[in-house]
Amino acid sequence: MVEKTPALDALAHLILMVGVVLICLPIYFVFVTGTLTQQQVLTVPMQWLPGDQLLTNIATAWQKADFGRLFFNSVVVSVGIVFGKISVSLLAAFAVTYFRFPFRMTAFWLIFVSLMLPIEVRIVPTYESAANAALPFNTLVEWLGLEQLWQQVTGHQVSLTVEWSLVNTYSGIILPLIASATATFLFRQFFLTVPDEMCEAARVDGARPMQFFWMILLPLSRSNILAMAIILFLWSWNQYLWPLLVTTDKNMATAVIGLRHLMPAADAAPAWHILMSATLMTMAPPIIVVLVAQRWFVKGLIDSGK
Amino acid sequence: MPANIELQRLDGGLSRRRPALPARLLSRVTPRASERGLKQSAFDNRPLAYLLLAPQLTALLFFFFIPAFRGLIQAFQLTDPFGGSTQWVGLDNLAALMHSAPYWASVRATLVFTIALSVTTLGIALIFAFAAHHVLRGQSVYKTFLLIPYAIAPAISGIVWAFLFNPAIGPVANLIHSAGISWDPNRYPGHAMTLVVLASAWKQISYNFLFLIAGLLAVPKSVLEAAAVDGAGPVRRFVSIALPMLTPTLFFLVVVNFVYGFFETFAVVDATTKGGPAGATTTLVYKVYLDGFVSLDLGASAAQSIILMALALMLTIVQFRFVEQRVKYSV
Repeated sequence: MVEKTPALDALAHLILMVGVVLICLPIYFVFVTGTLTQQQVLTVPMQWLPGDQLLTNIATAWQKADFGRLFFNSVVVSVGIVFGKISVSLLAAFAVTYFRFPFRMTAFWLIFVSLMLPIEVRIVPTYESAANAALPFNTLVEWLGLEQLWQQVTGHQVSLTVEWSLVNTYSGIILPLIASATATFLFRQFFLTVPDEMCEAARVDGARPMQFFWMILLPLSRSNILAMAIILFLWSWNQYLWPLLVTTDKNMATAVIGLRHLMPAADAAPAWHILMSATLMTMAPPIIVVLVAQRWFVKGLIDSGK
Repeated sequence: MPANIELQRLDGGLSRRRPALPARLLSRVTPRASERGLKQSAFDNRPLAYLLLAPQLTALLFFFFIPAFRGLIQAFQLTDPFGGSTQWVGLDNLAALMHSAPYWASVRATLVFTIALSVTTLGIALIFAFAAHHVLRGQSVYKTFLLIPYAIAPAISGIVWAFLFNPAIGPVANLIHSAGISWDPNRYPGHAMTLVVLASAWKQISYNFLFLIAGLLAVPKSVLEAAAVDGAGPVRRFVSIALPMLTPTLFFLVVVNFVYGFFETFAVVDATTKGGPAGATTTLVYKVYLDGFVSLDLGASAAQSIILMALALMLTIVQFRFVEQRVKYSV
């Protein structure tokens, strides 16, 4: 369809250019502020051109908030969540779509229900579960009256309560974030679109269930897995509420949480330049991932929105 | 009479074997409930199936079902934050909430925030989507830049916008000041709310834009060409044809923006205003955090969680109820 609308074309380009500038301006300011000295940042009005202090500021931030450690934590947590959630979800989705067993629909609904309650609405009890993962066991002991029973039988008083705290551990950050079903649901939807003939052919050739999973289903799901991995990486790198609650030890915090410690306090001289250089570092990995893997990122976003 | 017996037996067998006609017709259209979402060539290895499900269900049991259940119980209990003595108080927590002025203020703040956010993001994203769909050259470059904010953590976006609008040194606050407005989000509730909405909209615009672009691509070319032949210009085609066909996408995005406004504001609020000034930006999730972890009022926090859970359930059901009517995307 050929149609000449020069005025509208120009307007559209204008809207987009203004849009791009406005959308990217905050990032530009982060960069500029990160390259200035404290004196320059505090002069009003602030200059709009970058200075030459970026490396010095990054070095200061790196030392002040121990960013080496924080970055390491962020990487461990993100890889843990991405890898853990994808493997757990693939297996569960495989089970509910490719196996006939009693309570299959119950299992599916149990998984599906967890889509409905984001962690934000149940943080207090979830925190309690992480603070003592043996809580259900203790409740069971109390409920069954096991301690009294033991005392009556043997005459000794014992405490059967168990403490198993996940606070300030990697599993404490990772496991509760794995416990949701977005990825499972997505993989299930994908598995349902895989032609039945694939499985039939594999079975005729004598493939056992796990052989079919590894040699046929997994290679077929490659692009879905990749898209999901990118979305989950962004999601876990950017987590804030949960890591904040479950890490009281500064050494276990993630990079995003570390920025909070660099926020200017009320009584000290505000070190915005340090904070912004650290912000620049922390937001770099997800931005690079989005730029490099844009196609998969878009696919993942749209798939998981369905 | 053997023939008669034979006939009876045959008929009896038939009527026992064949269900009523409606049921037969129905079974041809829809698979049995227990077979839904199951492959025809499914495996029968039960132990393996349970083994495959075990990791997911264990994680859900420990960090989803038990916490959700405990939250449900706590809403009806009064817990002493220092001792640990617990008392069953029935609906008292919920009743106290209904009479709590700060809670209603937080409901109001959440609604104002959510509506402002939805209108801002959807409006701006629609303009961008129309423009990006219209231009031929440079479309992918524009798209790439407009998608970047989605990669940025909400907490970081909060920090960045708090800096830009910082009344003492923020470059944008500076511009506003020179326009003669005494901008100060630490003192004026309206300014604080604007700041939180802007910081959240930044990221949400990217998301909304992406879905609108995908939706626009799915509008059939033939329909648009037919309209062009009838003399409709690009704007008219967008308003009268593309937009109505985008209704499912728009509806989906409204739900997504509401989900964001109700449940995902913690990071932005915490990084910009910390709920202030005087609770003006204390959204419902932020209040759950404040009451639960700062004031240690577990009963009140749990009661609020229950209400949020009910809201979340409703929104999810709405979202999935309409999932069938959504347009198909191809990217």
